[in-house]
Amino acid sequence: MKQQIIEILTELRPEFDFSQDVDFIEAGMLDSFDVIMLVNTLDEKLGISIDGIDVIPENFSSVEKIEILLNKNGVK
Amino acid sequence: MGLRFTYHNKRISGILTVLPQREIPFEEEMGNYNFSPAKSMKLKLAMGFNKHRIVEDGTNVSDLAVFGINYLLDNQLINKEDISALILVTQSPEHFLPATSNIIQGKAGLGTDMLCMDINQGCAGFIIGLMQAYLLLDQQDIKKVLLINADILSRKVSNRDRNSHPLTGDAACLTIVERSETPETIHAVVNMDGRGAYTIQIPAGGFKIPCTPETSEMKEDENGNFRSLENLVMKGDEVFNFVQTKVPPMIEELLETAGKTADEIDYYFFHQPNKFMLNKLADKLGVHREKMPSNIVENFGNASGATIPTAVSFNLGDAALTNSYEVCFSGFGIGLTWAAIVQKLEKMKFNQIIYY
Repeated sequence: MKQQIIEILTELRPEFDFSQDVDFIEAGMLDSFDVIMLVNTLDEKLGISIDGIDVIPENFSSVEKIEILLNKNGVK
Repeated sequence: MGLRFTYHNKRISGILTVLPQREIPFEEEMGNYNFSPAKSMKLKLAMGFNKHRIVEDGTNVSDLAVFGINYLLDNQLINKEDISALILVTQSPEHFLPATSNIIQGKAGLGTDMLCMDINQGCAGFIIGLMQAYLLLDQQDIKKVLLINADILSRKVSNRDRNSHPLTGDAACLTIVERSETPETIHAVVNMDGRGAYTIQIPAGGFKIPCTPETSEMKEDENGNFRSLENLVMKGDEVFNFVQTKVPPMIEELLETAGKTADEIDYYFFHQPNKFMLNKLADKLGVHREKMPSNIVENFGNASGATIPTAVSFNLGDAALTNSYEVCFSGFGIGLTWAAIVQKLEKMKFNQIIYY
């Protein structure tokens, strides 16, 4: 799943390397509008609806955090 | 769950939405914001950035409202003598004083044996205004209440603010509220939390921070938006989180109080901040997105307390003249305020949009 998440992130912001171990939010790689577009993409591609209360920047700060969120939504 | 109210034998008998003629497509303003064109186009889909209607310079709330009142009078949809109260819900008053509702009353030539009041409410303004109208109708001398939700906040939003400007619209909605012959009960709930009062604000222009040359200086924020202290500013992330946390449990509890299941509600007419937020609310509540229209921002823009009646006019139109619906209204935002009403929307006498 990690690779799929990186691919989706790269499609969203091709100018950044999402395989590196940094906080995507603190590093300015994702802003709040990117998070919204990312949630829409994940919802559509994976057939889920991420809970609105989970749409907070901290949950999208790394590939691992996104993976945890997807697991919570039943994506294995 | 909040402060609960019930009302009996009250109804909405008509809604007239007045929108500005001036329509601006998103593409025309994209250059004002620091998005790449590709990102702008993606946001267009996600947020509902598309086009919005905003007033020309010099147009005020009373102009839209009086235009609407005259339309109703000219088409014999209301009689002057039946209007016992005029409630104006706005955050775009024409002056500190007098009240804008009095200005509207005078310009429209309404009678003097009536009550006029301004209510300072934003996104939940339709709910708060309706609740006040229902309360007034318990008084024997009150025949009908004219509730006007009107805002022209485009004049207070920086056109270089990518967070707020593409979504902002102007509108006035005139709603006639009166007694009903049917024994329906209306259930309402309201919550307010002033600890979040500055989450959405216009910092300067009141007594605390009067307008000066300094307050009009445009400054760039960390996201590249340009605003002055005289512009509306919103902590978008906090508002989103507040809405997603507070609104779904409020709606679920209100439905339980009303003895309704989510499926028994025909339409959820919620405030229209953006498409993404509404879709998330619908999913959380387990409601089909078609039952919770989210098409006001993309067609007209978010005109604060006017978005709910605009959604009724736009999505139901003439169908509301021959059909009745079980509806849930909900408004949330400035204050912070979150409130909702569950009621039957009985067949109306009029429900339409006109252009100023």
